[in-house]
Amino acid sequence: MTIPLLQLKNIRHAYGEQVVVHDLSLLLEKGGIGCLLGLSGCGKTTALRCIAGFEPISDGEILINGICVSSTDFCVPAEKRRVGMVFQDYALFPHLNVTANIGFGLHRLNRSEREKRVEELLQVVHLADSGHKYPHELSGGQQQRVALARALAPRPELLLLDEPFSNLDVSLREQLSMEVRGILKDQGITSILVTHDQTEAFAIADVIGVMHEGKIQQWDTAFNLYHCPANRFVADFIGQGVFLPGKVINSQQVEIELGILNGRIPRQCHKGCDQCDQGCIVDVLLRPDDIVHDDASPLFATILHKAFRGAEILYTLCLASGAQVLALVPSHHNHLIGEKIGIKVEADHVVAFAPLKE
Amino acid sequence: MSLWRIVPFLAAALVLAPVGVIMSSLFAPVGEVWQHLIETTLSLLLINTFWLATGVVTGTLLLGVSLAWFTAVYEFPGRRFFSWALLLPMAMPAYVMAFVVLGVFDFTGPLQTSLRAWLHSDLAWFPDIRNTVGVVIVMTLAFYPYVYLLTRNAFLSQGKRSLEVAQSLGFNRTQGFFKVALPLARPWIAGGMMLVLMETLADFGTVAVFNYNTFTTAIYKAWFSMFSLTAASQLASLLIIIVFVVIVLEQQFRMRMRYAETKRSERAQRIQLRSRHGWMVTGFALSVLFLAFVLPVAQLIFWAMRSLMAREFDLARYLEFLWHSISLSGLAALLISAVVIAIVYAARRYPHFSTRYAVRIATIGYALPGTVLAIGVYVPMTWLDGQLSDFLLHGFNLESGHLIQGTLVIMLMAYLIRFMAVSHYPIDSAMQRITHSIDEAAMSLGLHGWAMIRKIHIPILKPGIYTAAILIFVDVMKEMPITLMTRPFGWDTLAVRIYELTSEGQWEHAAVPAGTLVLAGLIPIYLLMRQTEQ
Repeated sequence: MTIPLLQLKNIRHAYGEQVVVHDLSLLLEKGGIGCLLGLSGCGKTTALRCIAGFEPISDGEILINGICVSSTDFCVPAEKRRVGMVFQDYALFPHLNVTANIGFGLHRLNRSEREKRVEELLQVVHLADSGHKYPHELSGGQQQRVALARALAPRPELLLLDEPFSNLDVSLREQLSMEVRGILKDQGITSILVTHDQTEAFAIADVIGVMHEGKIQQWDTAFNLYHCPANRFVADFIGQGVFLPGKVINSQQVEIELGILNGRIPRQCHKGCDQCDQGCIVDVLLRPDDIVHDDASPLFATILHKAFRGAEILYTLCLASGAQVLALVPSHHNHLIGEKIGIKVEADHVVAFAPLKE
Repeated sequence: MSLWRIVPFLAAALVLAPVGVIMSSLFAPVGEVWQHLIETTLSLLLINTFWLATGVVTGTLLLGVSLAWFTAVYEFPGRRFFSWALLLPMAMPAYVMAFVVLGVFDFTGPLQTSLRAWLHSDLAWFPDIRNTVGVVIVMTLAFYPYVYLLTRNAFLSQGKRSLEVAQSLGFNRTQGFFKVALPLARPWIAGGMMLVLMETLADFGTVAVFNYNTFTTAIYKAWFSMFSLTAASQLASLLIIIVFVVIVLEQQFRMRMRYAETKRSERAQRIQLRSRHGWMVTGFALSVLFLAFVLPVAQLIFWAMRSLMAREFDLARYLEFLWHSISLSGLAALLISAVVIAIVYAARRYPHFSTRYAVRIATIGYALPGTVLAIGVYVPMTWLDGQLSDFLLHGFNLESGHLIQGTLVIMLMAYLIRFMAVSHYPIDSAMQRITHSIDEAAMSLGLHGWAMIRKIHIPILKPGIYTAAILIFVDVMKEMPITLMTRPFGWDTLAVRIYELTSEGQWEHAAVPAGTLVLAGLIPIYLLMRQTEQ
């Protein structure tokens, strides 16, 4: 078994009384791109700063290449960790030009090696012509790439990116996140980024940890977070969807208002049993793409609200019981609000959780 | 309405006029006094000024930058207290610090007296502090807060972040401080340094107490002992040239500061120093605070008590000085705030680049030393006075005598020129808050003209105007050379009284007026603290 490049074992961090990171664990293989995703205040940036060595941890262990860098009473200084960082505001040095900014961390190299490395990085981040410019002469996207190049220059073991795209225009974000992913993969650099934006996380990361209240709720691929959320929080946080009450028929089937769904019924029901059986009540997650518009279907629902999305229209539908579901429908099926349309469920597996206690 | 438009230009002309008058004296025929000065003291003045400036700038940089760094980035015992307490020396005029230090170290002062009693020795080895080193130490302790305040703001916004950047690139904290934090804060450090340099060049009271010859004391002597206004002007013109270099440098740094500005980092988590290092920093901050504030204030209180207790203390005279100081400062505060409001209003209504330039020139007066201004205003005004009375005598056969001399006009004009800048900043930043969309919103709700000024502008401007008025009030109260040189007969203020008493070595009697000034000086420090502490 290979040693993971980064391993966090049950780390904990507190500012005084307030516990910000709580029992957090994760594994990241060499060359992988991980992401901590969560709302502001969930502890994701603090976790990143613990990995960088800027914050001590009060419990647990952080290992890089299997070597402990942080534990309860021990903390390797940030400068000795070979961990690079791209800061949220880039923190470029305004008094130095691009070349000097990128070359700043290369103090151990001699002059010609340094020039060579800077030249190489300018190529990598597509700024070959801008070496003489000063940070304030660059656009936001260019500044961001300089910050990336500066962090990559000393060839760190691990690169940390703190909300790297939050200062950029929304239109630029997607393009740049793809570009950054390309650069990171080309350089084979292991990295972790922190963001609150799920599309950004999906675009750039191999593995994503959804964080809430200082804990990782699920550490998984984007596909699994969406289709197999580990708990109700992840199900709510990632993508859209609604919960409908369902009655368990047997370990393979559950019945909801829209019919019987087939699939393994995992997790727990309202009674908290391990193996649910007939009569247990659960909440079944329905994503907008699980509901398909079908004129031939005997099931009808009334359109309450519609949102045009270009290729699709997102309809909010009201079922006979009064429950609401979302449906993503190709946009040439343009219906009016109040109209009744035929729908059916197309879900190849079931995601269900215990109902919320009243 | 177009009258508004010329207000900033008038103000700029007001600042430039005395400079022009003084510079033109360079072309005046060289008098005997000037000849004498060149032969005897000019080289001494230049050497003294050079060492004084170098010493004070070095001293304030060392104290100001190190204290700013510790209080902005680290956590150590008493950090919260020190971050505001280290501003307290600003409340004390440098000349007060000067005479207290002299009094303490004097042959008859408490230090030498008790040492003599303790050691049974005549203390022949005891150093005389009436020299360059003494003046430099006093001014360093009095002026380091300028560097501290500006640099601390820079370090608060980017200090810890710059350390983190350095660490993420493989530098340790010490390297990070010298390679990243310090170069990044350079515009602010330099800005503070320029302020210190201006204060040092402008200082009159401190060097007068120490009997240390610089341009300011030489200008005073040329006028009041040698009665040569021309020689005084010629000396002043040399000082202006030095000051002008400083102004140009300062404007450069201020421009760079603007573009390097960064947001304050939201999380102000500080680096915890290990307990031994932490206590060392506490000890350092405490000794600076003790020397620059606690000790002089304690000595002032002691002297003031003795002086108040003494039978010959003349309460009526003290109240008279106090009244002069307060009424003069109040008058100046009213006049200067009104002028500055007019300037700021005009600049807002007519946002033309020429107006901006005019405002910048108008606010440069703070760099002109009081001694220079006193002459620069006195000379043209007395000339005007003479012309006016001639005109009245020949034209209307009126024996008017002096209309301007003997009034407060000359003094108030000099104050106006010197303190417009002080009040410009708070009023201008209040005005910046009244955006054009606020005006438009008010208009769309049916307000215009006076109603808009009364209901929208004045309420928004009010805090800025109050701050400006308080700053001027206290600055004028502490001001020494302008008041000393241009006051009408009988208008002795607390500052003038301190000058008279200290020039006779009567430290103890100077303590009551000096203490009054320190108390007044605490008000703007309090305002400043409220602004800087988050």
